[in-house]
Amino acid sequence: MSDIQSPLPGTFYHKPSPEEPPFKAPGDAVAIGDQIGLIEVMKTFIAVTADIAGTFKGYSVDDATPVTAGAVLAELD
Amino acid sequence: MTLEIIKPGLATTIQDLGRPGYFHLGIPEGGAMDRLAFRAANLLVGNDEGAAGLEAVFMGPEIKFGAEMSVAVTGAEMPMFLDGEPRETWTSFTVKPGQVLSFGFLKTGARIYIAISGGIDTPPALGSRSTYPIGALGGFEGRAIAAGDVIPVGDGSVVAEGRVVPDALRRRPGSPAELRVLTGLYWHRLTEKSQKAFFEDDWVVAPEADRMGYRFRGGQPMEFVDRPQPFGAGSDPSNIVDGCYSYGSIQVPGGLEPIVLHRDAVSGGGYFTLGAVISADMDLIGQLQPNTPVKFKRVEMDEALAARAERKTMISEIRQSLS
Repeated sequence: MSDIQSPLPGTFYHKPSPEEPPFKAPGDAVAIGDQIGLIEVMKTFIAVTADIAGTFKGYSVDDATPVTAGAVLAELD
Repeated sequence: MTLEIIKPGLATTIQDLGRPGYFHLGIPEGGAMDRLAFRAANLLVGNDEGAAGLEAVFMGPEIKFGAEMSVAVTGAEMPMFLDGEPRETWTSFTVKPGQVLSFGFLKTGARIYIAISGGIDTPPALGSRSTYPIGALGGFEGRAIAAGDVIPVGDGSVVAEGRVVPDALRRRPGSPAELRVLTGLYWHRLTEKSQKAFFEDDWVVAPEADRMGYRFRGGQPMEFVDRPQPFGAGSDPSNIVDGCYSYGSIQVPGGLEPIVLHRDAVSGGGYFTLGAVISADMDLIGQLQPNTPVKFKRVEMDEALAARAERKTMISEIRQSLS
C-alpha cells in the first residue's frame, strides 16, 4: 500500500471539472505519471500525478478540500 | 558558470531587490517578497545583498550546478538535499560541479530563497534582474524558470561552509499571523461597524494569493457610508475615482475580500484602499501559505516607524553575525 502526497499547499480536486467524473475510481490501475487530481493555488491548477504505480484504493480527502504540502491525497494498493 | 534547471518547481523566478522608480509608470517594483530572508541568503554566500537569486514558492526546484559554488537557502522551512544528503536551511554549504540540489515537502512558510556565490548573471532590465512575468520583463527571458534552462552565474568566491543565521534573526509569521495596518485616505468610506470588524474578524489567506496581491477571506462583508456617486467613479460603493495604489495598500473590491498589494502589484485603479500593511510586515506576507489564519492589527505612524527601525536593526545584526 502506498500514498500519493500533495506536492504543495492549495485546494485539492478529484475531478477535471465539476461535471466530470473523478480522475480515478477504486479499482482503477494507476501507472507512474497518471493524473489523480488537481491542486488549485495562485489562480493556477496544478496536475497531481502518481509517482508510483498500483491499484487505486480511494481518495483520502474530500473533493475541493484545502490541503497542506505532504498531505496524503490518495492511497494505492 | 551556470545552473541547470532539472525541475522548475511551481513558479520559481529570478529575483533581486527589485526595480524601484518605475511604479508611477505602471511597472511594479518587483523583487523578493521576503526581503529579509533574501538579503540573509546573499550574505551567507558572501554576495552583495542585492545579488540575484531564486525565489521558489510552495515547492522547491531541482538544480544541477555547473561549477564549485557556495549556496544558501533561507525563508520557508523545506527539507533540502544535495545529491540526496540532507542540508540545513539558513546555512552556507559548498556544491561541486554536477551535484544536484532537491527539496522535500514544504513544512512552514511559503517561499524559499536560493543564493549562489557570484549571483545569477542574467541581463538586467530597467536596473534589475527581478522577473515580472506579466510584463515579460527581467529574469530568464522574462518568465519563470523552466526545465532545461541553463542560467548564467557571475564570478564569486566560495565561502566557508556552515556560516549560519542565528535562529533569533530568522523572522517568521506567528499563528495567527499578525499584520500591522495603518489606516489610509479612504478609511472614512467604511461604516464604524465595518472599521471595527476589519480588525476584529478572523481572516485566512485565500488560495489566489500571489506576488501581485495577497487575498484574504473569512471576515464579514464590509458596509460603506452612503455617498453620491462621484463623477468618474464606478457605481459600486468600493469604487473611487481612479487613484494611485501604494505597495502594501489594502483594497477590498465589493467590500468582500481584502487584497494586500505586494511586489508585482498594479500601481493604480478604481478601488478604495482602507489603509496599508506597514513596510516591516510585508516580508511576513511572503511567507503565508493558503488558509493561514491572519489578524490585522491597527497601529499608528509612530509604531509603524518603530517597527521599520527594528527590522533595519535586525538586518544589521544579520550583517554583523556574518561579517
